[in-house]
Amino acid sequence: MSQRLVQVFEQYQKARMQFVQTVADLANRQQNIELLQNAGVMSLLRPLLLDVVPSIQHTAALALGRLADNSEDLAEAVVKEDILPQLAHSMASQNRFYKKAAAFVLRAVAKHSPELSQAVVACRGVDALVLCLEEFDPGVKEAAAWALGNIARHNAALSQSVVDAGAVPLLVLSLLEPEMALKRIAASTLSDISKHTPELAQTVVDTGAIAHLAQMILSPDTKLKRQVFAALTQISKHSVSLAELVIEAEIFPAAISCLRDPDEYVKKNVVTLMREVVKHTPELAQVIVNCGGLEAVIDYLGNCHGNVRLPGIMMLGYVAAHSESLAMAVIVSKGVPQLALCLSEESEDHIKAATVWSVGQIGHHTPEHAKAVTTANLLPKILELYMNASSSEDLQTKSKKALKSVLQKCTYLPSLEPLLYEAPSNILKHVVCQFSKVLPHDSKARRLFVTSGGLKKVQEIKAEPGSPLQEYINAINGCFPEEIVRYYSPGYSEALLERLDDYQPA
Amino acid sequence: MYFREADENREKENQAATQIQSWFRGCKVRAYLSHLHKKAIIIQKIWRGFTARALSYLNVTFKLHKNFCNPTQIQRTWRGFFVRKYIHNFYARKKYMEGLVMKNELVRRELDQLEELQKRERECLDMVKEHTAKVCQAHRLHHLLSTKQCPGVFNSPFRPAPHEMELLLRQQVKYQAPTRLASRGKACLLGIPSSTSSSFPETLGSPLIKTSRTYSSRPILPPIANKTQQQHLHCRELMLCLQTSYMHLEEEFSVRPVWIILLDYIQYIRTFIH
Repeated sequence: MSQRLVQVFEQYQKARMQFVQTVADLANRQQNIELLQNAGVMSLLRPLLLDVVPSIQHTAALALGRLADNSEDLAEAVVKEDILPQLAHSMASQNRFYKKAAAFVLRAVAKHSPELSQAVVACRGVDALVLCLEEFDPGVKEAAAWALGNIARHNAALSQSVVDAGAVPLLVLSLLEPEMALKRIAASTLSDISKHTPELAQTVVDTGAIAHLAQMILSPDTKLKRQVFAALTQISKHSVSLAELVIEAEIFPAAISCLRDPDEYVKKNVVTLMREVVKHTPELAQVIVNCGGLEAVIDYLGNCHGNVRLPGIMMLGYVAAHSESLAMAVIVSKGVPQLALCLSEESEDHIKAATVWSVGQIGHHTPEHAKAVTTANLLPKILELYMNASSSEDLQTKSKKALKSVLQKCTYLPSLEPLLYEAPSNILKHVVCQFSKVLPHDSKARRLFVTSGGLKKVQEIKAEPGSPLQEYINAINGCFPEEIVRYYSPGYSEALLERLDDYQPA
Repeated sequence: MYFREADENREKENQAATQIQSWFRGCKVRAYLSHLHKKAIIIQKIWRGFTARALSYLNVTFKLHKNFCNPTQIQRTWRGFFVRKYIHNFYARKKYMEGLVMKNELVRRELDQLEELQKRERECLDMVKEHTAKVCQAHRLHHLLSTKQCPGVFNSPFRPAPHEMELLLRQQVKYQAPTRLASRGKACLLGIPSSTSSSFPETLGSPLIKTSRTYSSRPILPPIANKTQQQHLHCRELMLCLQTSYMHLEEEFSVRPVWIILLDYIQYIRTFIH
């Protein structure tokens, strides 16, 4: 009799186990999710979470996690059904499989949107996760760290709540664990936490994360390197002192060797790190230039294509923006031909805008710099981008600014001549201004100007009297003898012929 | 008689004597005068020098050089000098640019070398993996070994030489019950039987075994970097570390061409003959 009773219970248990395992397997595939949702799987799984048998509990949690992972609606349903407080509460007392599965559920829910993450925080999930971080099992730690990363990713308030729960020292400790996956996740979580505000980044730095991250730069694992560089980038982007701390960890000569890694994202993250560091002060830029960073970045730009070039281009622009000796360093390392290549090869407007901005930063310091820019034949291209109606507004503004700033310092006349023919009047004003500055002093240039047809073109320009353009034109005309100016003025042949009409031979 | 001549000559001689005397007196006086002149010149020289020095001292102290009487002028001169020498030093900047170009070239070369080493390491590892996979497969296909009567699949009579798989199979003569590959992993790599079949290594005098012996006595590769050292690792030290570890890997797992394997096979056959 009792045997039959036991049998009944055992059957029921087997049935529950099978149900839960099948649902977990089905939830792996995207197409089943809707069907499962329509079948009301959520309300069925919820009581199984409180089941007597531990393996059913954690399989049910796993199934829930997979469901929530694949669809936002189900994640919201998880929150609405008040499953989260139960999960968070029991995470403290259960075995490691349950903890891993529960952390998986929290991660899956938090990943979709800030509101859901807020719900996770509200049900004290963060404290439970931080408790999981103190466990021995690396799988549990990894799941907990991943969940915390997903929570902290959305905004600063959520990151602050993660930090307040004391997660950061534990994450830094898990960076030191031997398991590669755990290290990756810890690095990615630290990067997610520190990306929002300087205070959060400072909290991360105070626990000594930089030294550990710096050690991991030389590891052979590609994904780990990606995360480490991303974390260092997020830390150093906020302020000068943080960037200086990152530089003091002496990552730089070693990080440059990672620029030859076969993986694209590692290289991109290294270059992004360099850009964020270089942005702040000339001294930091100088450190990077001194260890040969410019050369490595220029090679990187030559080898890659598309969107990943953007951080490299911006880095060159930031370096050149600080001072004219740094801009000269960029020129000397053959940055300008590479930027010209980027400008011609890339088709996306935001990359072209960044290239044009960088070129402007390089060329606007002194006539030497402007000459280097113009000899690479960049001015006509930038002019074309400015005039092209299909360029975005951002591209047009940046081209105009770059053109103006380079033209104001350009004294190399042969390269300015093509611009005389094509430029619109606001750019033409600057071109003519430069001519009027250089021509009075240089006789060879005057001769060249006349023979190449520049004088003729200048005469054809119509300007309002009294405008700066007219003044420059007058200044140019003043450099030449009266006859030459009259000869090239438009309509001169007609004027001569009219004189012929009136002429009486003696 | 002679007195008449003497009278006539007296006048002439007198005149001559007077002339000589007058000339001599003139010389004496001229010499005296020139002596006086020279001494007068010396005295005048000394006097004029004395007065001129006195006058120039007065000039210097009371009519100062125009660059040093005016404090603004002094400041101007100093500031120009200071700025040109210490702040915007043209020659230092020129040297810096040239140094930068050289440094860039150096960095590029080092990075190229590093990339090359890494590529070779990855290729080595790939080859090792491939070889291990082949040996594991040979373990599983031990039954396809060719016998005296019947040539196996890999030893077709139409081939000029046996397939490498055949040679691998011959090396695994003794069938090993499938155990975890990791425990015999290291021995498997070079295709020699594990230490359980102890008689075998002694009979085979092939270089394969020699390398395995030296391999097992070779020290383990050092870890990628020590934690304490890593914080101060420069590119150069990194290069050195990586180079030594890659060279170790290469020596152990370099490709062995087919003819060497053939030679081993021939030697192996010989041991059975002798």
